[in-house]
Amino acid sequence: MDSILAGFVRALRAAGAEASTAETIDAARTLTLLGYGDRAQLRDALGLVLAKSEDEKHIHDQVFDLYFGQPPHTTTAPDTAALRTGDEQVDVLLALAQPDATGQPQDALAAALARAAAQAGVDDIRFESQTAYFAGKTLEAMGIAALEERLTERRTAPDAEEEVRALVAALNQLRRQARALVKQRYAIFGQPATEAFMTEVVVTRALGRMAPAEMERMKAAVARMARKLAARHARRQRVELRGQLDVRRTMRANAGHDGVPVTLAFKHKRRDKPRIVAVCDVSGSVASHVRFLLLFLYALHDAVGDLRSFAFSNRLQDVAEPMEKLPFDDAMELVLKEVGNGSTDYGQAWLDLHDRHWDAIDRRTTVIVLGDGRSNGADPRVDLFAELADRAKRVVWLCPEPEGRWGTGDSAMLRYRPYCTSMSHCATAADLERVLDEALEAYH
Amino acid sequence: MNAALPPSTPAGLASVDSVIALLEGVGYIASRQIATALYLAHHLRKPVLIEGPAGVGKTELAVSAARALQFELLRLQCYEGLDDSKALYEWKYGKQLLYTQILKEKIGLLVDGTDSLDSAFGKLASFQDLFFSRDFLEPRPLLQAMEQPGGSVLLIDEIDKSEESFEALLLEVLADYQVTIPEIGTIRAEVPPLVILTSNNTRELGDALKRRCLHLHIGFPDSELEQRVLRARVPGIQDQLLAQLVAFVQALRADNIRKPPSIAESVDWARTLLLLHASVLDEALVRDTLGVLLKRETDVREVDDRLAQMTQAALAAA
Repeated sequence: MDSILAGFVRALRAAGAEASTAETIDAARTLTLLGYGDRAQLRDALGLVLAKSEDEKHIHDQVFDLYFGQPPHTTTAPDTAALRTGDEQVDVLLALAQPDATGQPQDALAAALARAAAQAGVDDIRFESQTAYFAGKTLEAMGIAALEERLTERRTAPDAEEEVRALVAALNQLRRQARALVKQRYAIFGQPATEAFMTEVVVTRALGRMAPAEMERMKAAVARMARKLAARHARRQRVELRGQLDVRRTMRANAGHDGVPVTLAFKHKRRDKPRIVAVCDVSGSVASHVRFLLLFLYALHDAVGDLRSFAFSNRLQDVAEPMEKLPFDDAMELVLKEVGNGSTDYGQAWLDLHDRHWDAIDRRTTVIVLGDGRSNGADPRVDLFAELADRAKRVVWLCPEPEGRWGTGDSAMLRYRPYCTSMSHCATAADLERVLDEALEAYH
Repeated sequence: MNAALPPSTPAGLASVDSVIALLEGVGYIASRQIATALYLAHHLRKPVLIEGPAGVGKTELAVSAARALQFELLRLQCYEGLDDSKALYEWKYGKQLLYTQILKEKIGLLVDGTDSLDSAFGKLASFQDLFFSRDFLEPRPLLQAMEQPGGSVLLIDEIDKSEESFEALLLEVLADYQVTIPEIGTIRAEVPPLVILTSNNTRELGDALKRRCLHLHIGFPDSELEQRVLRARVPGIQDQLLAQLVAFVQALRADNIRKPPSIAESVDWARTLLLLHASVLDEALVRDTLGVLLKRETDVREVDDRLAQMTQAALAAA
């Protein structure tokens, strides 16, 4: 298989798209059919063969543009470092460094650099800080040492000013081009790997201490986690209860065989689609957690049949409408503005839920409460919460405070605890994922 | 390049451009990507999995390809509970029972003249095999597709509606174009069918299946392609109205609505407007016929108060 395709597949994998050996073989067959000639057609064709989801197509198209957007390292490029005397080498490099008629770097230079870069193993680059190192290695492979030697030699010589200037210009040009090339390879092979690593880190970062710069990365990570979760729970939709014969359906199915039970029909368990009610404390200390919980929940929309969300600080409000209609950030802002001000009052929130939205909760509902259980001295109305827990299928409480602080000061966490199916400290996106996974699992 | 073609390549599949021309001949306007997919499907002998919103022409592609190539179209509509007896083959129980009855009556005649139990069984055993032969086999779409001597298009529609176990069943068929029937043996396709699977993405498909297919995503077309599609589908529509109509539909898709109109809807709308002898869009006309484009009450209400403005914008854009 040719090295250009092999490099492309490697770049794809570095960027997080799976491409199996079988698919690579298909890609090679595609190339023999269509050739490298028509760039747009090749992009379409390789996208069909190598990328198997919309996400992967997106990655594929980006990597394709990066990878094929630069000169291919052809084998016909002059081999600059091959067994030449010092003088000859200097002449070759000087000629290469000359800009062409339009003032652009020559194609031959690009090809020679690409070849040297391949020798230097530039495709192994992983971190941006390695750029200088790999640029140096590339130039070394080009045989730049001869040029530098000549320069030191001429510096001290009389009447060589002209030549020194030309040498310095050539050196600079080579260095600049080598650096640009290594940067490009970093964008293909290194950056995606680094990005994936950073995303992994951000998932386990405390939600309350998220730098604004990390927010966007976090949102992308949460969306991806939600998609995975939704896919997992959308599968296994039907479980057969082997051993429980459905007599009526069996008789009907075999009426044509004179009642001889040739085909058997078994009973199926009807499964409820998950119904989730989220009740979120949006007072200052918990707001950032709420943002991610709701982001997660609304990204899960496909896996959840029925999703209601309520927010409160002292009065409780149904926020399903803005969440569904507005872009996420706008909706969140609106919710925080409308509901966020005011001192937290859990008792009032349960009362509002009881009086106005009690029908949202039935025996199929999982209630997810997100809050620190600090009611600012007001009655936490544990009796109403108990009634709610009795009505619902499960009650899951997520608390941004670590367990050691539950029950201290005005925290009513320990008084709510007996009524919850589970109560846990939720600090990171990974925690959120685990809890939601469990919540959905309960419907299998 | 001709040397590399499989021996039975129809002229229409010889290059990507000829695929475009082929499909255009039966009124299907294909983007280059769609044509490339069909081209590769034939030459790499791989099924194509098409995903995308409803009504963008996923199923229509298979139907059009079959018509253009004059291949038999075999369609398997997937649903929950679909199993091998509906997809692959089934034994004709009724006929088998009937033959058993006949055998029962004639059994005296058959074993007459045999002197030992062994030879009697031997004689009967040859009839047993008869019950599980081709005569008693009812082929279903997958098997039928394998057996078309002149080539076929196999459409497996809405694969996401079936269960995971069904995907596993498909793997043998799609990878090797063969069906194994334990009682008879393996039936292999002489001419591999052109296989097209469609999915509306109601569930994530298994990796094993995805990896065996070419993956084509058909989205909403750009306005140039949509105009060409409409011109092919609704001949007789005037250019001016066509441009306005497409501009309006494109704007509607960019809007914040739940179920954006697809090509199927814009074709319907174009036909409706043609029936009403409309030559230009105006607000009243749009309001009266909006139900053709938008299928959800909430979506209709969403755009209701902005219709005049959107109509104006479409008139200006066209």
